Amino acid sequence: MAILITEKTRVIVQGMSGRIGQFHAQDMIKHGTNVVGGVTPGKGGETLLGRPLFNTVREAVEATGAEASLVFVPPPFAADAIMEAADAGIKTAVCVTDGIPSQDMMLVKRFLKRYPSERKMRLIGPNCAGIISPGKGFMGIMPPHIYMPGRIGIVGRSGTLGYEAASQMKALGIGISTSVGIGGDPINGSSFRDILELFENDPETDAVMMIGEIGGPQEAEAALYARNFMKKPVVAYIAGLSAPKGRKMGHAGAIISAFGESAQEKVEILSAAGITIAPNPSSMGETMAAVLASRRAAA
Amino acid sequence: MDIHEYQAKEILARFGVPVPRGGLAYSPEQAGYRARELGGSAWVVKAQIHSGGRGAAGGVKLCRSEDEVQSFASTLFGKQLVTKQTDANGKGVYRLWVEGASDIAKEMYLGFVLDRKSERIMIVASAHGGMEIEDLAESDPDSLQRMTLDPAVGLSEFQARELAFKLGLKGGQIAQMVTILKACYRAYRDLDAVMVEINPLVITGNGDLVALDAKMSFDTNALFRRPQIAELRDRSQEDPRESAAGDYGLAYVGLDGDIGCIINGAGLAMATMDMIKLAGGEPANFLDIGGGASPERVVRAFRTVLADRNVSVILVNIFAGINRCDWVAEGVVQAYREVGMTIPVVVRLAGTNVEEGKKILATSGLPLITADTLAEAAEKAVATRMKSAA
Repeated sequence: MAILITEKTRVIVQGMSGRIGQFHAQDMIKHGTNVVGGVTPGKGGETLLGRPLFNTVREAVEATGAEASLVFVPPPFAADAIMEAADAGIKTAVCVTDGIPSQDMMLVKRFLKRYPSERKMRLIGPNCAGIISPGKGFMGIMPPHIYMPGRIGIVGRSGTLGYEAASQMKALGIGISTSVGIGGDPINGSSFRDILELFENDPETDAVMMIGEIGGPQEAEAALYARNFMKKPVVAYIAGLSAPKGRKMGHAGAIISAFGESAQEKVEILSAAGITIAPNPSSMGETMAAVLASRRAAA
Repeated sequence: MDIHEYQAKEILARFGVPVPRGGLAYSPEQAGYRARELGGSAWVVKAQIHSGGRGAAGGVKLCRSEDEVQSFASTLFGKQLVTKQTDANGKGVYRLWVEGASDIAKEMYLGFVLDRKSERIMIVASAHGGMEIEDLAESDPDSLQRMTLDPAVGLSEFQARELAFKLGLKGGQIAQMVTILKACYRAYRDLDAVMVEINPLVITGNGDLVALDAKMSFDTNALFRRPQIAELRDRSQEDPRESAAGDYGLAYVGLDGDIGCIINGAGLAMATMDMIKLAGGEPANFLDIGGGASPERVVRAFRTVLADRNVSVILVNIFAGINRCDWVAEGVVQAYREVGMTIPVVVRLAGTNVEEGKKILATSGLPLITADTLAEAAEKAVATRMKSAA
């Protein structure tokens, strides 16, 4: 089953005719993702990569029954594209775009709340690598070959650090159910907590690797959720132990501006909630392996 | 993006926030002239730098004559002002703001920030101002009033009134405070700010509210639609290495160590710095080369890192997704030849086209140190540095 995407999920790509959109849509199709069409205003009726293009998301949904959309739209127009997807009845949107103004994201989050829960869209990102259920399909920009299919969920802000975790686990024979990049922006569609909840309820996921970083309150929120509601083990690594206060470290959201936002403080909060900490970024795989081994021993 | 106090005051005044009369000066003579122009018998001369804590650092002074204004100004111009918030180099003073001294009865705090928990604009206010908000949060947390604003509705009049009453304001001050709050909110929203701070917001002897200091910071992601704000950028207040790197699409932050870092992805860059620290070294910088990096961008990254004289070894760590290891490897080889490398370089490649990348490095004939894992790369960089230091 995995979460968010399987081989059956009907996916459209917003901005598919752009250079980057086309490149990644092709890669997704090559690796078995069920891409059913693309949306580029003004190019409706054309065909690209053997898939139909539509002028609007609504037309695409009506014609193809699409449930998921990957948004590859430039920053000035990305928020509008996300809202269009939500209004057209898309269930899951993944937005890769880096550089969306924060007030646009405030409006997007407010907009998504208008819909009743049964037709509310789940947004992943923006500024993320995307989501992948290895061997089934992916929506995003990750290199799919580094992931081995399996039963561990990954959720992280950073794309490359997610790759690092997946390849460390692969080297130890540990596979992935789904890997989710929630993105490096200060305001994002889904939080760590949201994704932990999906993994907790997924019968094909046994444990979760969570990769946080400095800045923002989401790791602390996730710690509370894991302590109170999760049966599955969580291993966490927090990047930025050596990051100075008040400096933006690449990601718009990676900045220590309040109490509890430094890596040290987050590690303390997570440990206190019973989450196993990978002490350094090179030990994510072995820490997960140790947790899984002790589970097996206890069972 | 930060702007100067005087620019923030001009912007907020346009939206309806009362500010003291003042004038900008680019020389001590001009500062004296500004004082004469403003009239009165007391002026405050304020160094314009992108940092708080200017008062304690000697960048602000109450002067009682034009001569005093001019002589204080002459001590400030061209000086690197070091405050609690700057690094040891401080920030250069090239502009002064001279304003008529205000009669202060009480100091309050008012800030608008992006609250990441509610994902909305939040007002933070306190009846006690004048000190830094972090200190206020520690010394007098109960005095802080917080209020989040619905982006679909904005700031309602009732919310503004409620806040004014909570701050203990009275009579005509209520209407004044409502005007100030609405003005700040509109400035924040209409100009894509990420922070508006008036500290202190003072009550004068006459009982009127005036913004005695002002700070604004803007969302760099929104500058494409705010050209009038983008124009206010002052490169003299930035680390020249960081601005130069930014011009080439590289996210660079200079730090104090000696191990130069060239990484792809912000998370992996932070993680690599952590790994260096755990291996007993200190990173010289944060640097993310971004996605789809060409050999040219890699060369530019080398030049940026090498501009820091403290760097004694360079660590390249790439986990390629949309990047390509062969391109990065070509960039490393090209950089080595072009910049005349005199310090050791440790390279770790993984991900897309890794075999091609490794082959390029191996056949280059250059004395590169290679590593297969993140831990190995960090350990080798630290060990190499120690060897060269010995």
